[in-house]
Amino acid sequence: MQLTEPRVRPDFQHAEGLFARHGRLEPIFRGAVTLVALSVLLLVLLMVYELAHQAWPAIDKFGLRFLWSREWNPPKERFGAFPFIVGTLVTSMLALGFGTVVGVGAALFLVEFAPAWVRVPVSYMVELLAAIPSVVYGLWGVFVLGPWIQHTAGPYILDYLGWMPFVHGPPLGVGILAAVLILTIMILPTIVAISRDVISAVPRSQREGILALGATRWEMIRIAVLPYARSGVLGAAILGLARAIGETLAVALVIGNSTNVPDSIFSPAYTMASVIANQFREVENDMHRAALIYIGLLLLLITLIVNAIARVLVWRVTKGQITTVIE
Amino acid sequence: MALAAVGALLFAACGGGTSSSDKTATASAGKPAATSAATKPAGTAAASSTAGSGNVTIPTDVGKDDSAKLTGAGSTFANPLYTRWASDYKSKVASGVEINYQSVGSGAGIQQLTAQTVDFGASDAPMTDAEAAKAAGPVQHIPTALGAVVITYNVAGVAQPLKLDGDTIAKIYLGKITKWNDPAIAGQNAGVTLPSAEIVVVHRSDGSGTSFIFTDYLSKVSADWNAGPGTSKNPQWPVGLGGQGNEGVTQQVKQNKNSIGYVELGYAQNNNLPYAQAKNKSGEYITPTADSTSLAATGVSIPADYRVSIVDSPTKGAYPIVGFTWIIMYKDQKDATKAKALADWLWWAIHDGQSVEASLGYAPLPADVVKALEKTLTTDVTSGGAPLLKGS
Amino acid sequence: MIAATSRNRRRRRIVDTIASAAITGAGIGVIVPLVVILLFLFVKGLPALHVDLFTQNPGPTGVAGGGIKSSIVGSVLLLGLALVMGLPPAIATGVYLAEYGRGRLGFVIRFLVDVLAGVPSITIGIFVYTAVVLNMGNINRFTGGDQKFTAFAGGIALALIMLPIVSRVTEEMLLLVPQMTREASYALGVPKWRTILTVVLPAASSGIMTGIVLASARVAGEAAPLLFTALGNNFYSTSIFRPIDALPLRIFTYATGPFPYQHDQAWAGSFVLVMMVLVMSIGARLLLRRPGR
Repeated sequence: MQLTEPRVRPDFQHAEGLFARHGRLEPIFRGAVTLVALSVLLLVLLMVYELAHQAWPAIDKFGLRFLWSREWNPPKERFGAFPFIVGTLVTSMLALGFGTVVGVGAALFLVEFAPAWVRVPVSYMVELLAAIPSVVYGLWGVFVLGPWIQHTAGPYILDYLGWMPFVHGPPLGVGILAAVLILTIMILPTIVAISRDVISAVPRSQREGILALGATRWEMIRIAVLPYARSGVLGAAILGLARAIGETLAVALVIGNSTNVPDSIFSPAYTMASVIANQFREVENDMHRAALIYIGLLLLLITLIVNAIARVLVWRVTKGQITTVIE
Repeated sequence: MALAAVGALLFAACGGGTSSSDKTATASAGKPAATSAATKPAGTAAASSTAGSGNVTIPTDVGKDDSAKLTGAGSTFANPLYTRWASDYKSKVASGVEINYQSVGSGAGIQQLTAQTVDFGASDAPMTDAEAAKAAGPVQHIPTALGAVVITYNVAGVAQPLKLDGDTIAKIYLGKITKWNDPAIAGQNAGVTLPSAEIVVVHRSDGSGTSFIFTDYLSKVSADWNAGPGTSKNPQWPVGLGGQGNEGVTQQVKQNKNSIGYVELGYAQNNNLPYAQAKNKSGEYITPTADSTSLAATGVSIPADYRVSIVDSPTKGAYPIVGFTWIIMYKDQKDATKAKALADWLWWAIHDGQSVEASLGYAPLPADVVKALEKTLTTDVTSGGAPLLKGS
Repeated sequence: MIAATSRNRRRRRIVDTIASAAITGAGIGVIVPLVVILLFLFVKGLPALHVDLFTQNPGPTGVAGGGIKSSIVGSVLLLGLALVMGLPPAIATGVYLAEYGRGRLGFVIRFLVDVLAGVPSITIGIFVYTAVVLNMGNINRFTGGDQKFTAFAGGIALALIMLPIVSRVTEEMLLLVPQMTREASYALGVPKWRTILTVVLPAASSGIMTGIVLASARVAGEAAPLLFTALGNNFYSTSIFRPIDALPLRIFTYATGPFPYQHDQAWAGSFVLVMMVLVMSIGARLLLRRPGR
C-alpha cells in the first residue's frame, strides 16, 4: 500500500487558469470523474456503516465487555473476544519482533554490505516473497513447518527453553509458534523493502562524517544510520505489524482453532481474522454473526490506526520520496 | 400441459388427508428402475405400501429428464456420500442435473438454508424449533443415511482398536484424563502398551452435526459433560485444538502424535486410522460397522418430522454413537423445476443411492423410514402447492 | 567518545566483525524461506502436475483422481470480473485525485482510499456478503438468476481489494508526468479532459499497467474474501451468477483435508498459482523498465 504523499503537488490549476481553454465537455468529464471518486468515498463510508450496523446487536449487548470476556459460547449466545485479541496480539507482536530484527538486519546488509551483484537479486527475491499468496504459505505451514516443529524444533525448544513461563505442552505443529513463524516470513518483505529505502535515505554526509572520525562500519551504522532512520524503520515495522494483524488464511491453517486463551507457544489458539474465516459461514444465530462482525470491525479499527501511525513515521523520514509497496 | 393435468388429477384423487398416489408410471418413464438396496423392497415394481391406502410406484429414474443446477451445503459428515450421489446421479440417471454440494459443516448448512442462499441444507443435527422458526417457511427434514461417529487416534505402537467407555471419553474431552497410560484407559485395554504421553485432543472448530451427535452421547453418559459443555453443534471445548470439518479433524489426528479425535466412520476407514470400540448401554464393547450402526435405529420410533436422536441405544449389539443425517429443504419450494429435480434426486437417493452407503462407511436407512419418506416426498414437499413427484 | 586505544580498537573490531556477520546472516536468512518454499513447491508440486489436473474437475470427496480445471477457470473468470468492475472506478479515481483533487475533498477521498487499502480482506468479504449475497434476491429479479452465492459477488470483493491499489498507482504515475507536458497541450488549445485522456494517461500508462498487473497478482492469490461470496463449486461453471470455484479456495479446502490426493493436488495447484503470480510480478517489473515511460 501507498506509504507517502507524492513528492510535490504542482499547482496545476494556476497554470491552467492562465493558459488553458477547456471547452464544453470539460465540466462533464470533470463531473464524471469526480462522481466516481465520490462514489468510492461513499462506498468506504457505506462499508464502515454496514459493518457497524450488522455488529450493532453485539455491540449493544456486550459493549466494551466484549474486549475482555473469555467466554465464546454460541449456543448460549455469550461472546467475548478476549482469546482472539490475545491470539492476534501475541502472534503479531512476536512476528513483529523477529521480523524487525531479521528484516532490518537484511536491509542493512543490502544497503551497507552487499555489492550490486548481490543486492539486486536478493532484493528481487525478497519482493518475490511478497508475491506468494497467503494460502500457499498456509499450505507450506501445514505440511512442512508444522511437522518440522512437531518433530524437530519443538522438542529442541522444550528441552532447552522449557523452563520459561510460556513454553510447555506437547510440541504441536499447530498453534502460536507455527503462526508466529509464518507471519514473520510474510512480513519480512514489507520490513526489508521499506527499511532499505529508509536506510538509503540517510545522507551520505552523515556516514562519511563518522567514518572520517575512525569509526568501524558497525559503529557507523549504530551511530549515524540507525538513529537517523529510527522512526522510518519503526514505521516499516508497524506496517509489518498491520499486515500481520490482518493476515487470515495462512494463520487459519496453522493456528489450531481453539477458543481458549493460549498459555504456551505450543497452544492452539485463534486470531481475530482467523476466527472470522472459520466461523462466519456457520453462525448459529444472529448474535453469533453480529459478534463476529464486531470482531471484524475491531480488526478494521486496529489496522487503520496501526497503518496511520506507520505512514506518518515513514513519511517523516523519507520526506515524500515515492515508495510504493504493493503487497 | 400434461404435468398439470396429472397434477390436477392427483389433487382430485387425493381428496382428504391420505395420499393415495395411485399413479403408475405414465408415458415417459416407462421401465422401472433397477432394484435398490438389499434391505428393502425396490421402490418401484414392488408396491411398498405407505401409510394409507394405495401404492407408490414411482421409478427411481424419475428424474432422468430433469435439467437443473442445485447448490447444497452443510454436513461434512455426509460429504463423501452426497458428492458421490451427485456424481453417480449425474452420470447414471440425470445428465442434466448438477448438484454442487459444499462441505461446510452442519451449522453452516442450516444457516445457509435459513438465509436461502442454498437450495438445500444438510446436517447431522436436526434443526431445533428455534432454528426452524427463523427459517423462511416450514422445513422438511429428509434423513438420508445413518452414520457412526468413531473415536480415532494416532498413538505410536497402538494399531489395534482400543476399548473406551463413555465416561473415559468424556473425561478425556473434559481434560480430566491427560495421559494415554492413565489407569482408566489402561484398565480397559489390558495387554496394550500405552505411552505416558499427553493426549492431544482434537475437536471440531466449526458448527458441526458430528459434534452434536458426539456431545449428545457424552451428555448421556457423563453427568459432568452434561452439566458442562452439554449437547451442541459448537460447545465450548475445555481442551484441545480444532479441526475444520470431519476432514480437518482427520487431518489433525493424522498429523499430530498421540492425538485423539471423533469423526464419521468412513473418514477413519479411508485414511487407515484405527478407531475405538465403544461401550454401549448393555455393557458390551462394540466395533462400529454398518451393521452395528443399523442396529442403533431398531426399535426407535421415528417421529413424523424425522427429528430423533439415536445415541446410546439400548439395543444389544448396537454401536452407541450413531446418528441420522438429514437433508433439509423448505416444504414449499419456490422454483418448481429445481424443486422437482431435488425431489427426484432424493427419491433416487433413498432407493438406489442406499446401495453405496455401506462401502462409504454409512448404514442404509431402515425400511420403515424409507416407506415413510416415500410418502413425505410425494405429499409433504410441494412447489406452489403442487406436489413435486408425479410418476411422470 | 570512543578512546582510540589499541585494546579498544581490537574490541571494536571484534564487535564490528560480529555485527557484520549477524547482518550478513540476516541478509542471507531472509532468502532462506523463499528458497525453501519454492523448493517444496517444485518437489511436491511438479510431480503431481499432469494433464488430468487441467482437464478434469474435482470428483466426489475421498475418491482419488479428478482435477482442478474448474478452479483454474474460476480464478481466471474472477480476475476478469474484478478487472472489469474494479479498473474503471480505480482509474477514474486516480485521475480525479491527480488532476482535480487538490483541495479538501481530494484529501478526504485520498484518505478514504487508503482506508480501503488497509481493510483486511476478510472484512471486505463480510461486507460483500451482507451487502450483495444477502440481497441477491433483488438483483436476481433483474438477471433471472436463482443463486445467492455467485461469481459476481466474488468479483466485487476482489474489485474492492484491487481498487485502492490501482487508484493510488494511477494517481502517482499521473503526477510523475511533467507539468510541462500538460501545458504544452493546453498551449495547443486542447481542453483539459482531452489532455488527460490523450496525453497524460498514455504517458503514465506503463506505470499504471505495472500497478494493474501487480494488483492482479495480489488478487489472484486471495481466497479469504471468496469464502462467503463465491462459495466454491465442484462443477465446472463459467456463469457469473452462480457459485464458482477458485484456485486459492480449492487449495485451502484441500489443505485441511485428510486425503493424500487432495494434498498432491493442493501442491500442484499452489505450484500453478505461484507460477502465475510470479510471471505476473516479473512481467510487471519488466513493463516498468520499458523505455518510453
